[in-house]
Amino acid sequence: MKAGSRLEKVLTAGHFAVCGEMGPPRSADAKAIRDKAQYFRGYVDAVNVTDNQTAVVRVSSIASCLILQEEGVEPVVQMTCRDRNRLAIQSDLLGAAALGLKNVLCLTGDHQSFGDHPTAKNVHDIDSIQLIWGVDQMRKGRFMGGDEIKVPPQFFIGGAANPFGDPFAMRVPRLAKKIKAGCDFIQTQVVFDVPRFARWMELVRERGLHREVYIMAGVLPTRSVRALRYMQQDVAGVSIPDECIQRMEKAADPAEEGVKMAVELIQQLKEIEGVAGVHLMPVMWERIIPRLVEEAGLYPRPVVDDD
Amino acid sequence: MIVAERKPLTEIKGMLQGKQRVLVVGCNTCVTICMAGGRKEVAVLASALRLAGLEHVGEETVERQCDMEFLAPLTKLQGYDCLLSTACGIGVQLLGDLFPGLPVYPALNTKFLGVNEDLGCWSERCQSCGDCILDRTGGICPIARCSKSLLNGPCGGSQNGKCEVNGDVDCAWQLIYDRLEARGELDKLETIFLPKDWSHSRDGGPRRIRREDVAL
Repeated sequence: MKAGSRLEKVLTAGHFAVCGEMGPPRSADAKAIRDKAQYFRGYVDAVNVTDNQTAVVRVSSIASCLILQEEGVEPVVQMTCRDRNRLAIQSDLLGAAALGLKNVLCLTGDHQSFGDHPTAKNVHDIDSIQLIWGVDQMRKGRFMGGDEIKVPPQFFIGGAANPFGDPFAMRVPRLAKKIKAGCDFIQTQVVFDVPRFARWMELVRERGLHREVYIMAGVLPTRSVRALRYMQQDVAGVSIPDECIQRMEKAADPAEEGVKMAVELIQQLKEIEGVAGVHLMPVMWERIIPRLVEEAGLYPRPVVDDD
Repeated sequence: MIVAERKPLTEIKGMLQGKQRVLVVGCNTCVTICMAGGRKEVAVLASALRLAGLEHVGEETVERQCDMEFLAPLTKLQGYDCLLSTACGIGVQLLGDLFPGLPVYPALNTKFLGVNEDLGCWSERCQSCGDCILDRTGGICPIARCSKSLLNGPCGGSQNGKCEVNGDVDCAWQLIYDRLEARGELDKLETIFLPKDWSHSRDGGPRRIRREDVAL
């Protein structure tokens, strides 16, 4: 056991894991975080809290994670390389560990030009793979600079993978590098294009990587054709087949259809060898989580030690 | 070369407010090649300033504004309120050293170290990080050419060879992949690039090179 988080226990016990994701509010509103916690409590094993996602300023991931933890929801700290250099990252991670946070997802971060401060300077002192390496060094008792850490932070380390990004042939080598750097679990970009995801998983299995890291497939339940069209046209690195759009267009009740599509998708993903769980990203639709998890047959969540 | 672009005329006129006698100083090197501040551009800018009503606008273009040897003859010129340099930021600063009592204004925005891609098109190639890594990346620099300066491969936003930040920009990691593939060196993509030592870059403070072997 690396950190002994609930997520780690669920995955190491061989259960099909379920993660959620939450964007913190754009104001000092703790209640908004507590309110959202209720949709996840008991229905997912852990909830990622984004780190200024799409480069828009929000309550910090670590602060939000602490609030979620107080609400009885296990959090996953997201840490990007866009806003902090290696000093700030390590300092924040020591703080996160001192607060009892045990999961960290290491990301590069969306470019600031997409956000609310496009004139900001970005950092990118290190990249996501170097961050994974650095967090692994830290839990082994060394700072990135080499000095000893007397009380090392113990984290269950996550990374992202995008099977839909290009060049496709680099996607599996990049995953292999993350694993070599110390990554324990992977959460993928949202899957709509199942054939491409399956092809990527095939290449992952060819190298046996699914046995070295827990891969959780990204699922985004949506209730509008507009959201799908937006993602298809404007979000780089997301692949949405036309059939998904057509299906949503024809639906009499788009929200119902959205749930149905997500449930079917989860079932398809479960069948793919090497998929260890799903990562649900209900952008602005957190309240659908309990129903989605139940209808996908993933409720109740497994009981692990110390729950 | 250093690639620069002329500032809008209104901005230049704003800097020169209250000045009547201006010496426009061009440079024959990089900014001539990138058509931003050579003899021709000096003439165009000087004419525009005369049209704007300035009393006297002189024109001088030196071989290299980054070399004091070529600037020194300018001290003979007298009677100017200020200088307007159409060199990169380096030339502006060196001219300032030569004329400590006179304002020296920048007519250009210094953009990057780059190449001439096509007629009228220049793009960035180097960020002078001080510790070249091109041997490891197929001769294509991800520090200068990836929007996030990623050293271990493309982010999730690389799509059809383009960068998510700007569809006109090639994804550096797509270029690196293609180049390594052509060289039969795809195995290089499997090596983890550990955190870079940025102390050789501007992060280590302003840089200076001293070479005893060429010093007098």
